[in-house]
Amino acid sequence: MWQFLHKLASPRYFYDITGKWIPWLGGLTVMTLLAGLYYGLLKAPPDYQQGESYRIMFIHVPAAWMSMFIYVLMAFWSGINLIWNIKLADVMTVSSATLGASFTFLALMTGSLWGKPMWGAWWVWDARLTSELILLFLYLGYIALVAAIEDRRTAARAGGVLILVGVVNIPIIHYSVEWWNTLHQGPTVTKLDKPSIHLSMLIPLLIMAVSFKLYYLTVVLMRARAEVLDRERRSAWVRELFGAKLAN
Amino acid sequence: MFQAFKALMKRDLLLAFRHRGELANPLLFFFMIVTLFPLGVSPEVTLLRKIAPGVIWIAALLAALFSLENLFRSDFEDGALEQMLLSPQPLSLLVLAKVLAHWLVSGLPMLLLAPLLGLLLAMPEPAIAALELTLAIGTPLLSLIGAIGVALTVGLRRGGVLLTLLIMPLYIPVLIFATNAVTAAAAGMPIAGQIYFLASLLVLALTLAPLAIAAALRISVS
Repeated sequence: MWQFLHKLASPRYFYDITGKWIPWLGGLTVMTLLAGLYYGLLKAPPDYQQGESYRIMFIHVPAAWMSMFIYVLMAFWSGINLIWNIKLADVMTVSSATLGASFTFLALMTGSLWGKPMWGAWWVWDARLTSELILLFLYLGYIALVAAIEDRRTAARAGGVLILVGVVNIPIIHYSVEWWNTLHQGPTVTKLDKPSIHLSMLIPLLIMAVSFKLYYLTVVLMRARAEVLDRERRSAWVRELFGAKLAN
Repeated sequence: MFQAFKALMKRDLLLAFRHRGELANPLLFFFMIVTLFPLGVSPEVTLLRKIAPGVIWIAALLAALFSLENLFRSDFEDGALEQMLLSPQPLSLLVLAKVLAHWLVSGLPMLLLAPLLGLLLAMPEPAIAALELTLAIGTPLLSLIGAIGVALTVGLRRGGVLLTLLIMPLYIPVLIFATNAVTAAAAGMPIAGQIYFLASLLVLALTLAPLAIAAALRISVS
């Protein structure tokens, strides 16, 4: 296991093996996505309160899960990079950022679309919505910082520090926002606290969550491969792979 | 070790007092933002009283950010920062000295100005007292957190706006607890909970932020 991880950390091996994984991961993504959408949109019964409109949940909830999951994952990789100085770890962090921001945006947007028929407003300053919005700001700040620093390696390391600072802060931000909200306006959105969900809705939801994870894995590996190639463009193995095209 | 700490603090304070004009700028900025609110929103006393804690705190937050921007700039440009990185003393301690010196010349004056602004916005006395208390705990917190962002952006030519983007989200808990305490004090409620929260955040920042600042500086300068 350790040996495999060591091997995986070498850019060349990473490039080769992930190239083989990506088609499989992509195929699995499509399959789970189709299955999840089929069961979610067609098979699952309508909600007794919200009717059909609850079905946006099958996009909204997995996207929100992913938005947090990716941030924690980025913090994990940044930690690895800062401690052991493994180049590939920061490739993964940098490649994840835009995906994380997109999932956060997707969660906010679908939430807003869902909120309009349910609460009668596109946006309420509910604690969860607000902390999700702040999470989006954290992602965008990270992306802006990495884009602003010219040297890629420095950019990734600086971004790593920011992510780690952010991950210490996220629980504090989350609970302070929750506290702020409960003091300000009380629980007006009890509808959001879902009563124990029925199995016929839970299964498509979980399939969608798996599908979103697979999608993330597929795309992040594709992005990471491109990033590895770009960083290693002067090394022998990349030249060998692409021959004369890169030489000039 | 503490000698180095003291020496660096003394140097920074001395440098600050040699440029007195620059010292006044963040304060003026703080004052002006607060002045804009009655003009932009409404001069009505009841409304002003209601929004005063938020207005003063947001102004303090922005003023802190703007004054922080140059925390490491001149040291970075004349090479003093590299000397600090190379010195045998722990960088986190030196950084703490710089942040502390900066707070003494920027945060402390804000603390002195705040009661006046409170009066201008018709805040009741207990609220002004609470405002002072939250600013006393909160502004060092702002300096410590902000310094992380400054350290990350010190090598960049146009770090200013970027700094705001990086740091604003991290300031949110401070803003929430502080304004909440002031609002509660104005309503005659106890504020010990919020103050303890702020104080614990300060302790947390005091222990962790210097390490993060030092790590960020090493990355930015190398």
